[in-house]
Amino acid sequence: MINIGEILLNLWNKSGFAALSSGFTTGGWQNLLMIVIACVLLYFGIVKKFEPLLLVGIAFGCLLSNLPMGGLYHQELWTAFMDEASPFYHSYGEIMRHGGLLDIFYIGVKTSLYPCLIFMGVGAMTDFGPLLSNPKSLLLGAAAQLGVFVAFFGAICMGFTGSEAASIGIIGGADGPTAIFLTSKLAPHLLGAIAVAAYSYMALIPLIQPPIMNLLTSPEDRKIKMVQTRNVSKSEKIIFPIVVVVFVALLLPDTAPLIGCLMLGNLLKETGVTDRLSDTVQNALMNIVTILLSTAVGSTMVGSTFLTMNTLKIVVLGVVAFGISTAGGLLGGNVMCKLTGGKVNPLIGSAGVSAVPMAARVSNTQGQKANPSNFLLMHAMGPNVAGVIGSAIAAGFLLSVFG
Amino acid sequence: MLASSLDAIGILDAGIVALLGYVVVFFGLILLMGVITIMGKAFVAAEQKAAQKAAAAKEAMAANPIVPTFAELERSIKAPGSAGQLKLHDVEPKTAAMLMAIVANQMGKPLNELRFISIKEVK
Repeated sequence: MINIGEILLNLWNKSGFAALSSGFTTGGWQNLLMIVIACVLLYFGIVKKFEPLLLVGIAFGCLLSNLPMGGLYHQELWTAFMDEASPFYHSYGEIMRHGGLLDIFYIGVKTSLYPCLIFMGVGAMTDFGPLLSNPKSLLLGAAAQLGVFVAFFGAICMGFTGSEAASIGIIGGADGPTAIFLTSKLAPHLLGAIAVAAYSYMALIPLIQPPIMNLLTSPEDRKIKMVQTRNVSKSEKIIFPIVVVVFVALLLPDTAPLIGCLMLGNLLKETGVTDRLSDTVQNALMNIVTILLSTAVGSTMVGSTFLTMNTLKIVVLGVVAFGISTAGGLLGGNVMCKLTGGKVNPLIGSAGVSAVPMAARVSNTQGQKANPSNFLLMHAMGPNVAGVIGSAIAAGFLLSVFG
Repeated sequence: MLASSLDAIGILDAGIVALLGYVVVFFGLILLMGVITIMGKAFVAAEQKAAQKAAAAKEAMAANPIVPTFAELERSIKAPGSAGQLKLHDVEPKTAAMLMAIVANQMGKPLNELRFISIKEVK
């Protein structure tokens, strides 16, 4: 006769509940804690609307990979993948043979496919017109990369290796795809923490930036109204992505995948003869890749690697990087304001961090608080899109040094 | 190798790398700014040239207006509805089209089966 008790016992032993309870002494508590963290992130994404398109996927990926016995993500496979002494070093075949669903998703992160495709979508959604009409705004995009290098230096002082510090520093670029691109190459074990920090702080830009903006600019300067910039012709907009990709990829070849995809997306938008492709890149492709990217990044948030002091340090360094990048952009804005005899509102400098278009909107909002008839949005879009190029160059530099 | 030797980087070296990185970002974007500025100036100059040409042509037209003679007008104005054969005398093409439609309607025949030679206003 069938032993129902034995069947039920087997069922229990094969369940995740048993794994969670039996593993309490061997790390099961970490999975439980990560499930709680995933729920908190879901709360921030859904209720507080902090970058919901990404945070919900990241949190759910985290939830899935911390459910025991699910077999969706295998940290040990990726450890072997990165270990030069392992027979499975850089073996995608091994991942495909033994990996779970999230391991397969993660291949797209590891090969940098997703960040590049996201950049293509960003390019297709970005109007570089404000930058073309005022090329000086590139200087603000450069100034706002200060946080990247200060956070890099801070991370070294806190005991991180060069590769890890470079990956942490790039959080200051306020550019999610660039941060994921660089971290997946230099410090993949920190990917979860860095992605969560980067996207969380990007969502918190309206809270992080205004106090720094008020601190580093005078009320009179905040009132400055900027004059309308020139109209940019269609031909100029078409030639721009070609010029940038040739120029930047020759200067820093490591940035070629990111800048290449960014500018391809932009060219598809501007040509006027590839509307279907532009529409696909902006919407369908972007949405699909966002789902895959966010879930894959979230799956790397396994308790054993995420619940460490390093994560806490990354969270602290991330906010420092954001703050200093904002300050760098504002200082650049102040210098430009003085040099132009008060024609440039220094508030547009903070938009040099590349969180598009959130940072530009914050500049506009702060400008309108100082002077309700002030419209800085288009002026701030110049430094904002310059920040995207600037953070890609910063990532290219760090990759060429530590990659 | 540079990367492996720099992975265990000291604080002083980190400071130098950070400074160098910031300079490289500025250098890259300043060069790009130069390229974009030159490109922008070239486009603005080309646009101004085109605008000047158009303005000069307009001025020339205003100074020497080309007034066609009646015979030239008679030769040139032909209604498209009649395969370019219809001659209009002091009649607007729009009015001619309307007249042709009325005639066709009154005769109960399709317009493409009728041939109009000329339409002249009776004064």
